[in-house]
Amino acid sequence: MSDVLGNPVIPTDASDSLAVLEKQRSTAETFGIPLAVLLEITHRCPLQCPYCSNPVELDRSAKELTTEEWKKVLSELAEIGVLQVHFSGGEPTARKDLVELVKHASDAGLYTNLITSAVLLTRERLSALADAGLCHVQISFQGTEEGLADRVGGYKNGHRKKLEVAKWTRELDLPLTVNAVMHRQNLHQLPDIIQMSVDLDADRLEVANVQYYGWALKNRAALMPTVAQLEECTRIVEEARERLKGTLSIDYVVPDYYALRPKKCMGGWGRQFFNISPAGKVLPCHAAESITGLDFESVRSNHSIAWIWQNSDAFNRYRGTGWMKEPCKTCEFREIDFGGCRCQAFALTGDAANTDPACALSPLHEAIFKQAEREAEGETNRFLYRNFAGGTLESENGA
Amino acid sequence: MAGPRHISVSEASRPVLPRHAKLKYDETRKVWVILAPERVLAPDEIAVEVLQLCNGERNVGDVSDQLAAKYAAPRGAILADVIVMLQDLADKGFLTEAREKTL
Repeated sequence: MSDVLGNPVIPTDASDSLAVLEKQRSTAETFGIPLAVLLEITHRCPLQCPYCSNPVELDRSAKELTTEEWKKVLSELAEIGVLQVHFSGGEPTARKDLVELVKHASDAGLYTNLITSAVLLTRERLSALADAGLCHVQISFQGTEEGLADRVGGYKNGHRKKLEVAKWTRELDLPLTVNAVMHRQNLHQLPDIIQMSVDLDADRLEVANVQYYGWALKNRAALMPTVAQLEECTRIVEEARERLKGTLSIDYVVPDYYALRPKKCMGGWGRQFFNISPAGKVLPCHAAESITGLDFESVRSNHSIAWIWQNSDAFNRYRGTGWMKEPCKTCEFREIDFGGCRCQAFALTGDAANTDPACALSPLHEAIFKQAEREAEGETNRFLYRNFAGGTLESENGA
Repeated sequence: MAGPRHISVSEASRPVLPRHAKLKYDETRKVWVILAPERVLAPDEIAVEVLQLCNGERNVGDVSDQLAAKYAAPRGAILADVIVMLQDLADKGFLTEAREKTL
């Protein structure tokens, strides 16, 4: 297969005996098969987080790939050189066949991660997942105390359940990542979230500020942090990283609205990442379906996954730098950040080929920054909860 | 409550990769990799050789003896390099020590 897959991955800096393996970044045209693939095996979820990264148009369960179809996908991914798969959703444990799928992935030699809200797990099922070869568990937390956490998730007693499952995870000797999605209404709990992660014996903590597409964009006014909150957040993370070195590793994602340079979204469109939607669409990012006018190929088509990655129009449309307009086209950073996020460019400007307004060079940057600042003043804290009905507004008294 | 996680690698340590860090030869890219949560590390040849010897029974001194003999190199220098490499891995959270059996 190697001829079909383009350039092989080359280890980075040879002086580091344990370099992080990444694609060679020297040209915009390198797009070997990704090391890791995100599998959104269902959009069903008992939680209703207002910043959910799923598309606003969710895939209904009748459209989901069958067990046999997912198994075929897993075998194919292993065969073409994918090393890790993330079982995500929606809530991946809502699929009755999850243990079977994890077993199949492990048998195919894939490293398996579970990205879960945890509220549906029993100790027996988690133990069965561990026996099936599950390598790592990532549990989302919405806060550190029940009142706020359960309100954000829109799920009663969710927080308590998460704590319980996190404890089982470590008892079963599975590594644990705490995934904390941060926004204006819970950033004040960050020091407690760090301590909670240490107390839960987590290996990693992801402090991920909300990224504003899809559901989160609809909820931006209720979620956008202030500049002062973010500065404090960064200070707290930096202090904790130093203090907890070797005990808890902390990944940190800042919201790009307050940045001057856009993020290198997905490492560049179609360069090192794809995900597969519940219905089997192969997507350059989990929000890509929000861009209208792109046709995404499915694993149900008669094309192989490697073909879709290499040749499909949706992947090639924004790959590299050839599609760019000004100011990206002649920008010295065009191969560093690839013009930021295509989904954000589409959502905020109506054209995915425009510069992501998170970039200070975008003509819209100033206006969007000001709008974010205004929204952060907190006129409304009411959420629009995520669901299959297109969202439900939180009642005035917060229920 | 969690016990102390931080591992300090010494000549007497008997390190081993934890179950969530898997050393594997990647047939597609023709490189050795360590698969870990959300990461793929690319160990160099020496690191691979060290890790293949770290089975939780040999201590770091034994590993260094073997490498010193194999490469006819000064043991002291090898020991120092091995400790630095393993400590780096431990600091990243991808190394554990064999536990005493307490049945």
